[in-house]
Amino acid sequence: MDFTEDQIRRYARHILLPEVGGTGQATLLGSRVLVVGAGGLGSPLVLYLAAAGVGTIGLVDDDTVDLSNLQRQIAHTTARLGMAKVDSAAEAVAQINPDVRIIRHRTRLDIDNVLGLLDGYDIVADGSDNFATRFLLNDACHFARKTLVSAAILRFDGQLSTYKTHAGGPCYRCIFREPPPPGQIPSCAEAGVLGAVAGTLGTLQATEVVKELLGIGTGMSGQLLIYDALETTFRTVRVKPDPGCPLCGPAPTITTLEAPYAPNVCAG
Amino acid sequence: MKLTINGDLHDHPDGLTLQELLHAIGLDARKVAVERNREIVPKSQYGDVVLADGDALEIVHFIGGG
Repeated sequence: MDFTEDQIRRYARHILLPEVGGTGQATLLGSRVLVVGAGGLGSPLVLYLAAAGVGTIGLVDDDTVDLSNLQRQIAHTTARLGMAKVDSAAEAVAQINPDVRIIRHRTRLDIDNVLGLLDGYDIVADGSDNFATRFLLNDACHFARKTLVSAAILRFDGQLSTYKTHAGGPCYRCIFREPPPPGQIPSCAEAGVLGAVAGTLGTLQATEVVKELLGIGTGMSGQLLIYDALETTFRTVRVKPDPGCPLCGPAPTITTLEAPYAPNVCAG
Repeated sequence: MKLTINGDLHDHPDGLTLQELLHAIGLDARKVAVERNREIVPKSQYGDVVLADGDALEIVHFIGGG
């Protein structure tokens, strides 16, 4: 593709990187990423992907901007209280980079709509705030053979991994078999979360999405990053596909999206 | 045998499986993942993994906020 002069200036610091270059920048501009959740993780994620020139970003969220969101959800503003989060985030993106098209999916992910939502996107990023969505998205990405870059936060803790079962990697269920018993794991609304931890994890997630799109470096498939903000430690541990995984193992028991998904137990 | 669990040294009887250890220390396997020597132990193998002296275990808590 031919860049405009403005694009050459806008993306100059990317184009300078040998791992990105003009070719990589063109790849980003032609990429389609689905971001699930426009909250604490989704905010930095969508802002950095937009700034990076990821050409099409789908955003799934059915919520509206609340005052209690603004301590961490930096795509939203006080002036946009009450606005749909997908609209608020689209405004933020438009102010950063008019090259980017935001597709607003103002809906909640469910068994009936998830495969249709994934269709046409190159890669998926999970910034959702509840286990039902996390497991549903994991399963749907496995069936649709999509790469899923997933992050989660609570209090001062963060976790990040990439699930690529289509390339022989493990899935979310290889680590956490099934949603926890309802009420057993507190939500961010119940237990709190340090705002900047959302920024750290959402930004790491944006980096991993760009790496996957460009095929550079070492991805997070087969690895789980565990961040402890209080101790300032990052640990990376290996994750292998679980031969007993009910989804991606050799003898799966979950073969469709008809499995019951737990009610939302972690509203962020 | 000596096991390091979340950075602290503990004494446990030899031959303990991971499942038996979780039961002994009162952890619900549905709420955690377990990392043994920097590798997540597959859930399906908790009953088969026999812990060894010197193993370092970290309990990875289930978090789902966004």
